[in-house]
Amino acid sequence: MPAVSKGDGMRGLAVFISDIRNCKSKEAEIKRINKELANIRSKFKGDKALDGYSKKKYVCKLLFIFLLGHDIDFGHMEAVNLLSSNKYTEKQIGYLFISVLVNSNSELIRLINNAIKNDLSSRNPTFMCLALHCIANVGSREMAEAFAGEIPRILVAGDTMDSVKQSAALCLLRLYKTSPDLVLMGEWTSRVVHLLNDQHMGVVTAAISLITCLSQKNPDEFKTCVSLAVSRLSRIVSSASTDLQDYTYYFVPAPWLSCKLLRLLQCYPPPEDGAVKGRLVECLETILNKAQEPPKSKKVQHSNAKNAILFEAIALIIHYDSEPNLLVRACNQLGQFLQHRETNLRYLALESMCTLASSEFSHEAVKTHIETVINALKTERDVSVRQRAADLLYAMCDRSNAKQIVAEMLSYLETADYSIREEMVLKVAILAEKYAVDYSWYVDTILNLIRIAGDYVSEEVWYRVIQIVINRDDVQGYAAKTVFEALQAPACHENMVKVGGYILGEFGNLIAGDPRSSPLVQFNLLHSKFHLCSVPTRALLLSAYIKFINLFPETKSTIQEVLRCDSQIRNSDVELQQRAVEYLKLSSIASTDVLATVLEEMPPFPERESSILAKLKKKKGPGAVSAGELEEGKREGGEVNGAERPGDNAAIASTPSPSADLLGLRSAAPVSAAPVSAGSLLVDVFSEAGPAASTAGVNDDGFLSCSSALSSAPPSVVSEDPAPPLPESDELLNKFVCKNNGVLFENQLLQIGIKSEYRQNLGRMYLFYGNKTSVQFVSFSTTLNVQLKPVDPLVEGGAQVQQVINIECLSDFSDAPLLNIKFRYGGALQNLSLKLPVTINKFFQPTEMSSHDFFQRWKQLSQPQQEAQKIFKANHPMDTEVLKAKLLGLGTALLDNVDPNPENFVCAGVIQTKAQQIGCLLRLEPNAQAQMYRLTLRSSKDTVAKRLCELLSEQF
Amino acid sequence: LANNRKIRQGKLRLQKWYVPLSDPQKKKISREVIQMVLARKPKMCSFLEWRDLKIVYKRYASLYFCCAVEDQENELITLEIIHRYVELLDKYFGSVCELDIIFNFEKAYYILDEFILGGEAQETSKKIVLKAIEQADMLQEEAEAPRSVLEEIGLT
Repeated sequence: MPAVSKGDGMRGLAVFISDIRNCKSKEAEIKRINKELANIRSKFKGDKALDGYSKKKYVCKLLFIFLLGHDIDFGHMEAVNLLSSNKYTEKQIGYLFISVLVNSNSELIRLINNAIKNDLSSRNPTFMCLALHCIANVGSREMAEAFAGEIPRILVAGDTMDSVKQSAALCLLRLYKTSPDLVLMGEWTSRVVHLLNDQHMGVVTAAISLITCLSQKNPDEFKTCVSLAVSRLSRIVSSASTDLQDYTYYFVPAPWLSCKLLRLLQCYPPPEDGAVKGRLVECLETILNKAQEPPKSKKVQHSNAKNAILFEAIALIIHYDSEPNLLVRACNQLGQFLQHRETNLRYLALESMCTLASSEFSHEAVKTHIETVINALKTERDVSVRQRAADLLYAMCDRSNAKQIVAEMLSYLETADYSIREEMVLKVAILAEKYAVDYSWYVDTILNLIRIAGDYVSEEVWYRVIQIVINRDDVQGYAAKTVFEALQAPACHENMVKVGGYILGEFGNLIAGDPRSSPLVQFNLLHSKFHLCSVPTRALLLSAYIKFINLFPETKSTIQEVLRCDSQIRNSDVELQQRAVEYLKLSSIASTDVLATVLEEMPPFPERESSILAKLKKKKGPGAVSAGELEEGKREGGEVNGAERPGDNAAIASTPSPSADLLGLRSAAPVSAAPVSAGSLLVDVFSEAGPAASTAGVNDDGFLSCSSALSSAPPSVVSEDPAPPLPESDELLNKFVCKNNGVLFENQLLQIGIKSEYRQNLGRMYLFYGNKTSVQFVSFSTTLNVQLKPVDPLVEGGAQVQQVINIECLSDFSDAPLLNIKFRYGGALQNLSLKLPVTINKFFQPTEMSSHDFFQRWKQLSQPQQEAQKIFKANHPMDTEVLKAKLLGLGTALLDNVDPNPENFVCAGVIQTKAQQIGCLLRLEPNAQAQMYRLTLRSSKDTVAKRLCELLSEQF
Repeated sequence: LANNRKIRQGKLRLQKWYVPLSDPQKKKISREVIQMVLARKPKMCSFLEWRDLKIVYKRYASLYFCCAVEDQENELITLEIIHRYVELLDKYFGSVCELDIIFNFEKAYYILDEFILGGEAQETSKKIVLKAIEQADMLQEEAEAPRSVLEEIGLT
């Protein structure tokens, strides 16, 4: 127990604490506390004025109760009263209570601030310190407002006591952290920097924290601190261990201050002044030298303090990244620590080396420790140390050691802690791709990864292996062979089935020559896994099967048999059922040529950043993967994708070729659907960005393929990017919702007219480009964000050229295709983008029905998402005939005698898309008095109801 | 420094927060950190990654002392911050034990405030910190000298 009467200042408090400790149960404790709270409450409320001592004692008890974890909702006022006591201990307890329990009760804050103000101006250093501690502990914005001006003055005033300066410096730091806008730089800032020269080490220690924080935000204003910090550091480093008296800690001179000085220097680049720089390098060398000296004490505190400085010095060396000699020395020093018996040092050495590995000067030196690090990964007992070892292996990996490191990481994965497996998997996948010299090694690695840690292999990883296999024809045969072998395992991971299904579906033919992997064997192998898989995998497998029918006609009957069985064609899952039905139909009606086109091999993927890297970045937070690494990832990724086959555009050009006469030729429909059906079914796994070829037929969120019926000349190359759509393009689009012909656009130069006709899911649009000037337009070109064959590049003055676009609606869509037009008029490039007025309602087929049928269907579509409703003000006169014409123009059937209210309009229609038919019902209720409409749409597809509602609400 | 606290068998004896947080947040964080630290075995390293912070902890007999510090903070020097604080307590109370901290929690807070303010070391000299605390105690004794011990009895 304390030697003096320090502890028994308040006997009542001690008794109370003993009581609480003697409580046998939680209930007893609560009972005792409630009793005490009632007692204190009555004392505070009683008539008799309490003296300062009692107040202090009760406030202290409340504080104790609060610290036990109970809520305290009174006593604040009494605590505030204590602040103005002139007895030190009462004031002290008051401040402690406020510091621990302050709430932003504005009334109290004002009183507290008043008390603090008095103490700050009391010139009593003890009181001033108490007040400053309180501000630093609470650090609220209100306090910053009240004191941010005053504290800098106290800090730099000549007559301020050292202890007050220390508190003032850290108090200001806290206020700057909470409310930087309230701490204004000024004349005091330069004087603060000079505190680095203060005789009192405590003042320097406190001030440097403030200076470091301020320098980070205002480096220029504080840059004089660099030379001051260097000379201070130099004096400490070269001092004998006894020079600094009480600031020497276990024979290490001023370790805290040294660390803080080295940290401050990390806010700046290496000093420009040669003398300062020389002195600093000398310090760093001395610190490195001292690490080699025998310890002055066996105590862990001695080595910790010494090494704390060493690690901070190494951090500075890495920060400068300009002194090869120091970097290599640092690396060697850390190498020694890698085998140190102290776990803490091993941990820190691994961590620090990780940053050294990214420096060009020390990368090679770090690599020499590979065996030790691998050993750490295998033998460390503490998972956090193993994690550091794995990080370091990742950081030190390059082309020369990739195979070894990846192999070690893979073997570690078999026993790795669950908490770090996913990250390890990502790292292995990234390294394997980044440093793959031959791609068979890459494929082996990823398949091993799936075998060992399938559960932790995220989608990005297996997407990526497929992208790479598709883009590299030299590895396709090997990949097919390897997945085929991997699938032989009795229990293989579902991710393996996915990769296997995809790769065999694309490249199974490459191994079909071997009777051991004949088409039927391949199919049976895949199908043996089918029933164990989840719905998305089964869907993928179904797509693989239809690809098999194309690759191997001899499997057709077997596969059709499978598709035909009830478990497929009547599957309760809509997606699976639809695939089974469609594939079965496709395989039975389409000719071999058509099948071959529809099910053509996937085109190469465009160059892109590895999504795995992005995922790791997301997982580790920004900064975890350096920008350089990302760059490299991109470059390497480009290499992989860069080796594209010569006919890069072949897939794009070949797919919709026989589409010259789409209109009225339904049997050709699947052909033009080729890129999309292949795209939507197989590419949908690539959620981030589909392959280039498939986007040719894919509109933003729907599917709409367009092809033009002009000449088949190759597309002209246009270097300039298309302009963003005109601001009025939405408005222009809306003009065409209820009509098919008219002028789409007109300015001084150009007029664009449109004529269009639609039948079922097909349409044809004629675009007329009129030159209104007398001068020729040259380099005239038009592009659609779906593809388009070019128009005549010359448009004579006053002339008109025509372009025909054939349209097929594959699936419902919201965004209209963008039409970009470029030409030169008198040398100036004209570049404009418009929305092609193709809206979903163009594919309406009117449906006549009776009132009874209408309402029955209306009720069937009663789920909330199937309905879209808008109430809006009339923009045009409410003329019944005009309304009727517009509704007919919409494409629906206008139904008479259906709605009980004759004022209302009801319509019905079916939207025809390649993928499905979508029934829509419409009800428009005009309110002539209010000049408002209520429009309600119900549709079997929520996106369609929503889109139609948006389009139509602009029409009336 | 984000916070600093001592725990034992899941009971928090002293906590200090240097960033503004609500009470429920504080409780949640305390629970998480206590659970993590108590699960550590001896000989494991004294640093833990937790959210975007690092926990630096050290065990003294039955008490764990923990600090949560920012990622780039120096771990070893933080470890010695803990040790210096323990030394201060030890010197002040004379071979400190858990009971001293429970019964004189307000003193433990004062010592901490003299040593660390706003999450940064204010004064690292053991002598100066203890001198400041002793001076305050002198003030306390002067103030309380006239009060008789008898008056205390019955006043709980």
